[in-house]
Amino acid sequence: MTSELPPGLALQKVDERIMTLNVGPQHPGSGHMRIVVQIDGDYIVACDPDPGYVHRGEEKMAEYRNYILNIPHLERPVIHDSCNVLYPYVLGVEEIVGIEVPERAKYVRVIASELNRCIYTMYWLAIYGIFLGHSTMFMWPAGDRELLIDLMEKMTGARVTHAHFVPGGVRNDLPPNFEDVCLRQVNYFEKRIKEYAAVFYDNPILISRTRDTGVLSRQDAIRLGTTGSVLRASGVDYDLRIKEPYDVYDELDVHTNVMTEGDSYARSRVPWLDMIESCNIIRQALQKMPKSGSVRTKLKPNPKGKGLDSVYKRVESGRGSLGCYIVSDGKTEPYRLKMSVGSFRNLIALPYLLKGEKLGNMPSVYWSLNYWPVEADR
Amino acid sequence: MSVIAPKFKLSEFIKSLLDNIFWILLIAVLIAIPAIQVILFAIEMPVINGELLTPFLALTWIADPSRTLPIIKAFMTTDIFRVMAFPGFGFAALIAAGTIFIERKMLAKLQLRVGPFYCGKIEGILQLMGDGLKLISKEIIIPAKADKPIFWAAPVMFVGAAAAFVALIPVAPGWVVADVDLGLLGVFAVIGFFPIITILSAWSANSKFPFIGGIRALFQMVSFEIPLILSLLGVVILTGTLNLSEIAASQSSFPWIVFLPVGAIVFFITMLAELERIPFDLPEAESEIVAGWLTELSGMMYGLVQLGTYLKLYAFAALFVVLFLGGWNGPMIVPPFPAEIVTDGIHLGPVTANIAGLPVFTQEMLNGTLWFVLKTVGVIFFILLPRGVFPRIRIDMLLSLGWTKLIGLAFVNIFIALGLLYAGVLGPGGLQ
Repeated sequence: MTSELPPGLALQKVDERIMTLNVGPQHPGSGHMRIVVQIDGDYIVACDPDPGYVHRGEEKMAEYRNYILNIPHLERPVIHDSCNVLYPYVLGVEEIVGIEVPERAKYVRVIASELNRCIYTMYWLAIYGIFLGHSTMFMWPAGDRELLIDLMEKMTGARVTHAHFVPGGVRNDLPPNFEDVCLRQVNYFEKRIKEYAAVFYDNPILISRTRDTGVLSRQDAIRLGTTGSVLRASGVDYDLRIKEPYDVYDELDVHTNVMTEGDSYARSRVPWLDMIESCNIIRQALQKMPKSGSVRTKLKPNPKGKGLDSVYKRVESGRGSLGCYIVSDGKTEPYRLKMSVGSFRNLIALPYLLKGEKLGNMPSVYWSLNYWPVEADR
Repeated sequence: MSVIAPKFKLSEFIKSLLDNIFWILLIAVLIAIPAIQVILFAIEMPVINGELLTPFLALTWIADPSRTLPIIKAFMTTDIFRVMAFPGFGFAALIAAGTIFIERKMLAKLQLRVGPFYCGKIEGILQLMGDGLKLISKEIIIPAKADKPIFWAAPVMFVGAAAAFVALIPVAPGWVVADVDLGLLGVFAVIGFFPIITILSAWSANSKFPFIGGIRALFQMVSFEIPLILSLLGVVILTGTLNLSEIAASQSSFPWIVFLPVGAIVFFITMLAELERIPFDLPEAESEIVAGWLTELSGMMYGLVQLGTYLKLYAFAALFVVLFLGGWNGPMIVPPFPAEIVTDGIHLGPVTANIAGLPVFTQEMLNGTLWFVLKTVGVIFFILLPRGVFPRIRIDMLLSLGWTKLIGLAFVNIFIALGLLYAGVLGPGGLQ
């Protein structure tokens, strides 16, 4: 009888040496989720991540709203990275509705999504710092984020949930003098994040703590289906901005940062290097962007699909590949919408990485997976 | 705008006083009766001008400084003053409060923020008071399956042990609460209490996270006590005494850190570990085990543990100063007390007040205290600094650091001390 039960429900033999810890959902070392950790002394023998505390049913909600009304709520899973979360949806709807995007709007989208990637990564880095007990690394990124948040506020009018990308372009044109301000802020931002190396990434205690912990080999990283910085830290050169360029990424010179170690340190360093690369992309995009022109092709009210149609678009978000599958049946609402998010795919690696690790390594390994609980639950 | 400055009405003020008259009387009685009893029975009353000083006489003399000063002087020679006010608890608590304020503002400056800002007009200087009031007013919640007597007693014991540590520290020549010949041994004994109290508190809470934190604290403190004790042996070998006052006095020409830098470094690192400061704050690692052994403590129980922690911080910094930085020794920078005030009196316009009994403190004592406080604050600054720079280290790295590197360095320090002794460069009491 017990063999037919799913693994979580099967009776387990109680070992007196094993202590079960509920890390979360009310724990400073978990996000909006729970990790059930079984420890033997200081060693983790089993780990069961338990997401789902912040499920909002975004995909079902999308079936009851038309293509335009879906925009503000589909960005809610990651409000720091809202441009990137909306990006695949917007690209998909453009293909379903059949609409062309102006050239300038494509560049504005690239700038916005790269800025948003930096904003998200800074928040992630802040939490990574406090998870390791480094309170300066919590405050510095949280403060330096403001530079880019101010830029996004100038650009879109909102500090976090921008709802800036719409099918057919972006909602508003750039404000006057934006290019100069953006260049100045981004240059300062890059100078500032390069200073983090001295206090954080070159810190001997940090290196000795995170080197060779939670090692994810290249084969395992591919086999488990991880994406984004986790995959790149394990030595796989995979970035959708290069592999499947969308909008104008094929006209820009994009480099990826690959590290081969596959440990917590590499996984924490790759997003930081990605931020510096993002600054390069923003500078290129600002240079190549058409100085004037339309940024939005107007849609008819209540746009409809052209009969039975489906489309799958994906982009490189702050947490890896983020896909959106839209099925249209010719009505004003999508028939079905499915998001494939990087967070959930990276979380799958957690039980494999934590097994046999020390309890002290749990926060660094867990958060190095570039995981955002709300996005995983959707 | 709403009520920023409420209108003051005398009638309402009197009404509120009348409303609370019961509580005012109660508190006045609760404070006044013990105070009078302490004055009447505990303090030995001096005989001044042939009259035995009673509280009533004292009250009539308050307005007369020439008669008040002898009372103050007499009080300052009592043990109660030493325990409660100057070298003891009050002085240490004042420095501890200053430490908390400096820690907050310094870290804030380091981390591009402002820190406490609103409570108290100047730079949030009253924030600590606000925090203390908040902690006092909070409900104390005790886990249902906790071992209640031990759980209650642990924070009090923690403060008690920290205060006992403070009592052994000499601040200025002759100013020490407990001037015992085996002072350093007493320090080791008091330090040995902290792991026991920690594990008692952690175990009695009957909860998983405190238990893990308590075990970690036990590992950490026990394994770092050995290099701590070994690193101080060099000083004992060179001075030939365990009395902390004599150790401080022996450094009148040079501090021991000049000859024993290895010991000083080892002692500083073990001090950080004993104090559970970052990078060794494993017992309170919030991202792993919530708040470690403090998780189940609430309200003023937590406040007491924090008080004890900062008293301990002061005591360790002061011990470092006494053992390695020369204690109260330093150039005389306090100006001498003008003698003509004692002989001629103070001229206040047409009035001349002759005050006998001045000065209250001697010049040496003030100078020693000044140097001691300056050095202690410097050491405290270096104890606080790693918090802004380092992440937390892991328990296995901590133990290997303690058992391999630090113990080896402590032995190197002992050999240096023995070499200096047998080469005849130094001997008990200073340069030969």
